[in-house]
Amino acid sequence: VTWSLKHGLQALTVAVVLGLLALLIWKVVHQDKGVKLGGGRTPPAPEFALSRLDAPGKLKLASLRGKVVVLNFWASWCAPCKTEAPRLEAAWQRYRARGVVVLGVDGQDFSGDAKRFIRKHGITYPNVHDGPGDIGTKYGVTGFPETYFVDRRGRLIGDRVVGEVSADKLTAGIRRALES
Amino acid sequence: VRLAAALLLALVLAVPAAASERHPTLGELEGQVMCPTCKTTLDQSNAPIANRIRQFISARIAAGDTESEIKAKLVAQFGPAILAEPSKHGFNLLAWVLPFVALGVGAAVVGWLVWRWSRGRRQSAVPAGGPPIDPELERRVDEELARFDG
Repeated sequence: VTWSLKHGLQALTVAVVLGLLALLIWKVVHQDKGVKLGGGRTPPAPEFALSRLDAPGKLKLASLRGKVVVLNFWASWCAPCKTEAPRLEAAWQRYRARGVVVLGVDGQDFSGDAKRFIRKHGITYPNVHDGPGDIGTKYGVTGFPETYFVDRRGRLIGDRVVGEVSADKLTAGIRRALES
Repeated sequence: VRLAAALLLALVLAVPAAASERHPTLGELEGQVMCPTCKTTLDQSNAPIANRIRQFISARIAAGDTESEIKAKLVAQFGPAILAEPSKHGFNLLAWVLPFVALGVGAAVVGWLVWRWSRGRRQSAVPAGGPPIDPELERRVDEELARFDG
């Protein structure tokens, strides 16, 4: 009895250690590092449905299929986001007739602060709230602001723009997405 | 043992529940709320969003909110990951229960090992009185002792 109990305990200990190891490996493998961009890759843009900040209800990225989407991740507490906001608004006004939508995704932020930011900067393009920042993680956002370009077929085109987006980079990204 | 474990678990879950109905201070909540961008508790961070959340908590404390009300408002904005400790519902309940289960299993294993060790010692001990002494040897010992005494 003692022998079998001893071996049973040893087997249990090994099983527990192996179980914990398997959990650790699973966690590392399944860690969301976001989509891989650059090098001619055009992965599908991760889908989302988030609450709108500029209107009631939710907005699904899939509902914009057939349009080019400039996806801008921002937060009201981020200083460069204030500087680039007029550029994004100008691009929205200039390209919207050509089927381009600028979509702001406010992350890790209070929705009230985001709404105040939208009013203060006279933003008219649609904006959604990603409070936990989960959608940003899916895209691989590492800080604010970051800008992505989605073509009419829902694919991410070109590389992301990390940090404040310049007017030139904005125009180049939109043109590339329109031509793809 | 089962009753004691149940009582211990109830105590563990009840103490924070009672505390959540209190009116907290900013200092108390700073250690329980995460900064979403830096992944540390608020008291470890000076990031802009950490300062903004501190400001929000101070305003809610001034408005008379309880700890649970403030936490619920933060979760509504930032999701459950804003809280430093896991919730006591669903899968997260495991994080609260498993340490006690591990403690119980560990105590049982240690208890069993101690019991086995003490039983082994009893079995290998020399019986009371010792083995019978050879009569010739006993006689010689008695003689030696008598000579020594004399």
